Amino acid sequence: MLAIGTQGPDFELNSTPDQKLKLSELRGKRVILAFYPADWSPVCGDQMTLYNATLKFFSKHNAQLVGISVDSKWCHLAYSQNNKFHFPLLADFEPKGMVARLYGVYDEKEGECQRALFVLDEKGIIRWNYLSPVGLNPGADGILDALEELDNL
Amino acid sequence: MASRLKPAVSSKDHILGNKNAPLELVEYGDYQCPHCGRAYPIIKEVQEAIGDSLKFVFRNFPLSDPHPDAFNAAVAAEAAALQHRFWEMHDIIYENQEQLDWRSLLGYAKKIGLDLAAFKTDIEKDSVIGKVEYDFESGIRSGVNGTPSFFINGEKYEGGWGAYDLTAYLRSLLVSFRV
Repeated sequence: MLAIGTQGPDFELNSTPDQKLKLSELRGKRVILAFYPADWSPVCGDQMTLYNATLKFFSKHNAQLVGISVDSKWCHLAYSQNNKFHFPLLADFEPKGMVARLYGVYDEKEGECQRALFVLDEKGIIRWNYLSPVGLNPGADGILDALEELDNL
Repeated sequence: MASRLKPAVSSKDHILGNKNAPLELVEYGDYQCPHCGRAYPIIKEVQEAIGDSLKFVFRNFPLSDPHPDAFNAAVAAEAAALQHRFWEMHDIIYENQEQLDWRSLLGYAKKIGLDLAAFKTDIEKDSVIGKVEYDFESGIRSGVNGTPSFFINGEKYEGGWGAYDLTAYLRSLLVSFRV
């Protein structure tokens, strides 16, 4: 997993079937990258549902949440609509898992992203990271602690 | 992540049982969550088993997207608290989890003997709605990652919460305090 202090590598992925999101477009905002194994699996559902309810606390710290998995843009669309998510889910679909590999959080055996979190600052530098056991929803407290620490710098 | 309860239990919380008990069990719950519904009788059983050595605290953690009535139910229980009937409302809501629209909530308020006029005013109050939001934020900060989430003496409890497991764990803690 990419270390704290490194520049988060830029990437561009589909955020909807007809829109792409480029990481560097988010400069000036803090970015929370939440890699997760798969849409629709029960634990992920909990994690993304929890983050959806936590968005207003993230935005207080000028942070934008982005979810990333290897699912396709159409799968993300259905998953997002079904759960009324108010943040983008990016499709790390083709070449499969390329962005997860860039960040060192690709699970080769399962062919999925690991459950990993990164907090990037306004310049895109990684300021916090966390690799969670795949079956365990890591919650939002670590992210908020990291954002609070950035506020206090 | 080793998560701890933030902030600690205080007089702002709803506490059931012996306030000076050596064991403190805090639940972050959602009134519309079926798992919390399953936990409800389990907690009663655990309280029965542990008795005076345990205090139980309930904090609100309504996830509104999957559970559209959860927030209103939490507000209703907080409004009942203003008439010193929090636990009666908490219980009747969990016992009727499938029916949590406003009309039903009003019915429960009536059934437990609340002053309905006051209740209707109280559910609109910023302080009552704010209490639910405050609990939610404290849950987020404490590392709540789903409902129900439990904290035992301030530490997130990741073990099984069936009556047997929970009671056994609490008893083992009690024993360790005596050593």
